[in-house]
Amino acid sequence: MTTILFAMLLGLGAGVLSGLFGVGGGILFVPALLALHRTQLHAEATSLAAILPTVGAGVWRQRQYGNVRWRAALIIGVASILGVEVGVQVATELPEATLRRLFAVLVFAVAANIAWRRRHS
Amino acid sequence: MPHTIRAVPRLIVIGVVAGFFSALLGVGGGLVIVPLLLLFAHFSERPAMATSLGAIGITALAGTIRYAFHGDVEWGYAALIGLPASIGAVAGTTLQQRIDSRSLSFAFAGLLVVVGVLLLAI
Repeated sequence: MTTILFAMLLGLGAGVLSGLFGVGGGILFVPALLALHRTQLHAEATSLAAILPTVGAGVWRQRQYGNVRWRAALIIGVASILGVEVGVQVATELPEATLRRLFAVLVFAVAANIAWRRRHS
Repeated sequence: MPHTIRAVPRLIVIGVVAGFFSALLGVGGGLVIVPLLLLFAHFSERPAMATSLGAIGITALAGTIRYAFHGDVEWGYAALIGLPASIGAVAGTTLQQRIDSRSLSFAFAGLLVVVGVLLLAI
């Protein structure tokens, strides 16, 4: 019971982050599902399904504010399906730990870049 | 509109890169899409984040269908997490409209740093 409440709270928090920053929330959904004793595969699959109502609600609100660029969303969304295919093919052939560290460094650089361009504006 | 036409290949590249990293590292596409829209497609914060949500919806739908075919989606659990998350998303988007763009950029940069640290820690 406590675990279920904890998972729902984690879901709520992931939703707030999703709406606030335009991310899917999967980064918190997967741990929430693992806490409910789902397998890694089922947690990842179920996380994707949980993202649907989350981004649906977010897009519905953002449409009212006039912030959604529909054509760009469609192009990026469809192109990313292709990117996933490539990623899945490559994933088995590259050392995951190295990739993760490389991506982390990239993430720090991007964070600095985003903050830097806004420092005087 | 030549500007719009030139923008299309750029958006395609953003999508492919986002999909690639999400498959490879299990990070959400949004963490990639939002920065690329900000830095390379001249989007301002709120449209970048709103458009990212729309794109993620398409990617997640494709992924859900694929996994559901193999019977890997547990719908009850998806609702258990996804419904509170939907309420959270409504609150989050409402909150976002009250935060100025500059602060949003700084907060998003902070989120990226947290994710980067987590990626190094695991």
